[in-house]
Amino acid sequence: MRFRDSSMTRSEPSAVPAAVSGGRRRHRGAAGDSVFHVAVWAAACFVLAVLAAIIIFLAWRAVPALRADTANFWTTTRWLPDNTPPAFGVAALAFGTFLSAALALVIAVPVALGTALFATEYASPRVGPWLGYLVDLLAAVPSVVYGLWGLYWLVPHLTPVQHGLARTLGFIPLFSDPRGVTAQPSRSIFAVSLILAVMIIPIIAAVSREIFLQVEPGLREAALGIGATRWDMIRLAVLPVSRFGLFGAVMLGLGRALGETIAVALVLGSSFSIDFHLLIPGKNTIAANIATQFAEAGPTGRSALIASGLVLFVMTIVTALLARFIIRRSGAQERSAIV
Amino acid sequence: MTASSLLAASKIQRRTRSRLVSGTMSLLIAGAFLLAAVPLFLVVGYTLSRGVTHFSWIFFSHSLAGVPPSQPGGGIAAATIGTIEQVGIATLVSVPLGLAAAIYLAEYGVGTRFAGAVSFLVDVMTGVPSIVAGLFVYAFFVISLHRGFSGLAAALALSILMLPVVIRSSQDMLAAVPTSLREAGYALGLRRWRVIAFIVLPTARSGLVTGVMLAVARVCGETAPLLLTAFDNAYINTNPLHGQQSALPLVIFNQAQQAYQPAVDRAWAAAATLILAIVTLYITARLLARRRVGGKSG
Repeated sequence: MRFRDSSMTRSEPSAVPAAVSGGRRRHRGAAGDSVFHVAVWAAACFVLAVLAAIIIFLAWRAVPALRADTANFWTTTRWLPDNTPPAFGVAALAFGTFLSAALALVIAVPVALGTALFATEYASPRVGPWLGYLVDLLAAVPSVVYGLWGLYWLVPHLTPVQHGLARTLGFIPLFSDPRGVTAQPSRSIFAVSLILAVMIIPIIAAVSREIFLQVEPGLREAALGIGATRWDMIRLAVLPVSRFGLFGAVMLGLGRALGETIAVALVLGSSFSIDFHLLIPGKNTIAANIATQFAEAGPTGRSALIASGLVLFVMTIVTALLARFIIRRSGAQERSAIV
Repeated sequence: MTASSLLAASKIQRRTRSRLVSGTMSLLIAGAFLLAAVPLFLVVGYTLSRGVTHFSWIFFSHSLAGVPPSQPGGGIAAATIGTIEQVGIATLVSVPLGLAAAIYLAEYGVGTRFAGAVSFLVDVMTGVPSIVAGLFVYAFFVISLHRGFSGLAAALALSILMLPVVIRSSQDMLAAVPTSLREAGYALGLRRWRVIAFIVLPTARSGLVTGVMLAVARVCGETAPLLLTAFDNAYINTNPLHGQQSALPLVIFNQAQQAYQPAVDRAWAAAATLILAIVTLYITARLLARRRVGGKSG
């Protein structure tokens, strides 16, 4: 009954053929309609079921390790779940996850916003979408290829940059190099964040582009009409209106950076430490830790990895919920990678 | 007199300054675009140049069985079979489901709260990290259902990642079909499901195909979920339902971590193969989309 109700929200078209055709045919057609309706409704429900099942099964399979853990799961930096007794915690992993994602945002946001502004405000309307496709292609490169390139091309080529930063800005703790290791190629959180930035630029740029396109042309024309330069127009008319939506675009990029696995696993020289040294090898993220430890982990070890995965899932889902809410409110839709 | 000329002077000064600022910002913004585009050419160009030189008949026709990391030889036969089967099954699972959900969202649920919530959660679902999809299939399918590592498990993880992409693109394509076409069908006395199946879907066909191809291109390079579900296999395993299976991204990941040059060379060659496959999918999808637009106007 409820299926009929929901289809009433639009004009009810099946009433017309029902009135015209005979009783038996009408009955058969009506059955086809409701079967079809139930089928597509069930498919829509399936999406909700998958999201719920992810939480339920991860939580269920995380319990054995969390029970066996002799250390505090939230504050411990060690990851020794297969020791007897097991002792592990997500503190260092969560720290590394946030640090790399935050640094990636710092690098990616100005570039992505510039890219989106260039495509919408500078390039001609015929060329703009094509420039968009070009940046979208960055998202098509698999993360394992970014990881391979990062490990064998970027990290070696980054050595002079990292060493230079450590020598000139080393007095700032962020860039300090106490053990003098940056003279060699350094698989640091800085290198990882650069790659993460490249990977999240397309999504931030694509959503920002949609948001800039939502700005009323009248506002731009008004700004130009009173003699504003192009930058004044962007600063006074475009950016203030789209500020809220841009925040959503950035959150979306943050979610991607938090969950990125393979590029981090390949590039980062992992360790379980909490410090702010960006240029020296070390630190780890939740996702990369799962990828590198899974194959060799025992039953408790895998259960512990599932527990950390649940933490990551909650982090990314909350970020994505917020981001999508903000983007919807600002009226833009992500149309990237689709025609 | 002096006051007004001073005012004029300061006006000119202000105008030149704001022109200067605007010019600088224009340069910075154009620079940002170049900065975003450079990595694309660097990554793709470097991967192809390192990888294509290691292409050989043996590389495409042999597996890695019995090939130590320090020795050249061996190839991606097992991985190619695995990737084709896994992505194929993932497509078979996610396309019917995704299309049905999209039909609900675009045809039946328009304006209802439930459809709004589902549509919102589909967007949220695109944010599920791929490693979490892999962990879920491991926790649910591999250990809870006692199915063990297999190509099918990998395909299920990939279909979780494909599903929201297929739904979102299909929903947009269906919504783009003009209402007048539907009304014409109703006027002929067609039932609603027949209007959808025989009028709406055929009209949106090439757009739907484009969306699916882009979704396939997106998941065929996924590595993280496969680590926890297919688990890699040096030997050729053609049966996706049983036993560990290899895949192209897994070969890249595992060979890249070896300390020997022959293994790293294999990683580059496999990466070049993967990139060529993805680029082919993208170009085909875009050409299909272009033809649709041409057909509409003609």
